[in-house]
Amino acid sequence: MKTVIEGSHAMSEGVKLSRVQVVSGYPITPQTHIIEEIAAFCSDGRMEATFIPVESEHSAMAAIIGAASTGVRAFTATSSHGLALMHELLHWASAARLPLVMGEVNRALGPGWNIWTDQTDSLAQRDTGWLQLYCEDGQEALDTTIFAYRLAELVNLPVMVIMDAFFISHTFEPVSIPSQETVDRFLPPLEPRIALDTDNPFALFQMVPPAFYMEMRESIQRGMDQALAIYDQVEDEFEAEFGRRYGLIETIGCEDADIILVTSGSATSTARQARMELEARGEQMGILKMKTFRPFPVQTVQRALSGAKKVAVLDRNFSFGAGGIFAQEIKSVLQPLKNAPVVFNYIAGLGGRDITTETIISLYEQTKERQAPESAWDWVGLNPYDHQPS
Amino acid sequence: MLEIRFHGRGGQGTVLASISLAKAFFDSGFHVQTFPLFGVERRGAPVEAYLRIAREKIFIRNNVHKPDHLVVMDAKLLHSTDVTQGLKKDATILINSPLPPDNLETYSGFHLSIVDAAKIALANGLGSKTRPIINTAMLGAFSKTMEMPDISHIKKAIRKEVPVKQDQNVQAALDAYDSVRPV
Repeated sequence: MKTVIEGSHAMSEGVKLSRVQVVSGYPITPQTHIIEEIAAFCSDGRMEATFIPVESEHSAMAAIIGAASTGVRAFTATSSHGLALMHELLHWASAARLPLVMGEVNRALGPGWNIWTDQTDSLAQRDTGWLQLYCEDGQEALDTTIFAYRLAELVNLPVMVIMDAFFISHTFEPVSIPSQETVDRFLPPLEPRIALDTDNPFALFQMVPPAFYMEMRESIQRGMDQALAIYDQVEDEFEAEFGRRYGLIETIGCEDADIILVTSGSATSTARQARMELEARGEQMGILKMKTFRPFPVQTVQRALSGAKKVAVLDRNFSFGAGGIFAQEIKSVLQPLKNAPVVFNYIAGLGGRDITTETIISLYEQTKERQAPESAWDWVGLNPYDHQPS
Repeated sequence: MLEIRFHGRGGQGTVLASISLAKAFFDSGFHVQTFPLFGVERRGAPVEAYLRIAREKIFIRNNVHKPDHLVVMDAKLLHSTDVTQGLKKDATILINSPLPPDNLETYSGFHLSIVDAAKIALANGLGSKTRPIINTAMLGAFSKTMEMPDISHIKKAIRKEVPVKQDQNVQAALDAYDSVRPV
């Protein structure tokens, strides 16, 4: 049975159902509703967890690193500047091999001060050793939260579950909330391999000399490889309980399409609508939805795109001096292919600017008309302003 | 798919009205999606909320630019906001007001309905004279004006969503259902 709930609260439900034991939180729009709901669960007994209110996001991450180091399941959520403030400890969490899960609601970084959606905050954390899973709607946010704990605890790496500000986080829609029994079957209690214990004290995370550091880094990469290797199997188990699966990526009508749109987050959902409208006009646009960004599913993406002539990458993010971040990754995985498709990069929807079906249809049309991109990336729908240098 | 835009002021329960209406539509078998216009919320500031209803799954996830219908929670907004922006032809505009708007020519091509939701709210002990709680009355008026969702689903949604004075809120919806009238 489905219930009409907000995307943020869908994630809170996922955390509750995952029997998380410690939650820390510091409010920041648009993430606050996630933590607020969990705080209510903790205070009225719907969730048996310790809620730690903290004075900053740096402390929020430190608190759950401490909690997870004692072998308990822990959670926090943040956005934008909050995530940026956590940056140091994100590295710590992954190198400490802690199976944390964090909710991250994509929000632009200021100044100009902006609370709306933009993926640059999470993508700027790409080298911190966290798995990154991007969601398209409230159902996927709930499901991915539960899934993330299973995956994190199998590979001993932290997972960021990411949704767009407002277009998902504040949108009410029908969501199926699984029963506790099914979640318990899918997600067994955490069995930590190492846990700090005050009765048997020992120290973790000591100085590591050059002779061992590289091996530790390589071991984190093996965790990433393992995540890719077992992803399908964990999804089989998930689907057996809940009847849903999402894939490392999802391909929609890519098999015979000359043009494939690569997208992520809530824009994928709008792209599905655009695809149907194009189809009604006899046009064929494939869609590749990027669910996992870290680890990057190289071979899966190569297979999905190898038959296309042109790939249009829609980036709701930007790396200054380099272009759209998804486009960079896509270009690098296509590079070894013979007859690789031409990549067009479109920057759209930054700081919460709307990405409509019309936006997506126009990107498809531009891609179809051109043999090759006219520039490394296109700013979509940019307002005219004075470019004269002063 | 139908797209409905709500215009109100912060603190009036505009977003809650949209959520309750979404739940009433969902209850009666529709796919629904609702969200506020994503601004910084302040009491008294103009706010917008959007509601999409459809018989099939809703994929579109962006702001509503061309609504099919409007709900105006505060008639004073008609003077400060271009509420008809992007509004589709033949749209219905439901307004909380005791009187029809004085510049009727502005709304030619649209169907206007008015309901004195503030008076109904006060008669049912909801809110104060300066700040009547009108959202449940507007839901009742919506059900009558649009001929959906059935008032039974509105009553159920109010009992589910509104934490206090449930009987009074249901009564306000019924009173508005009976008294809303086309202009």
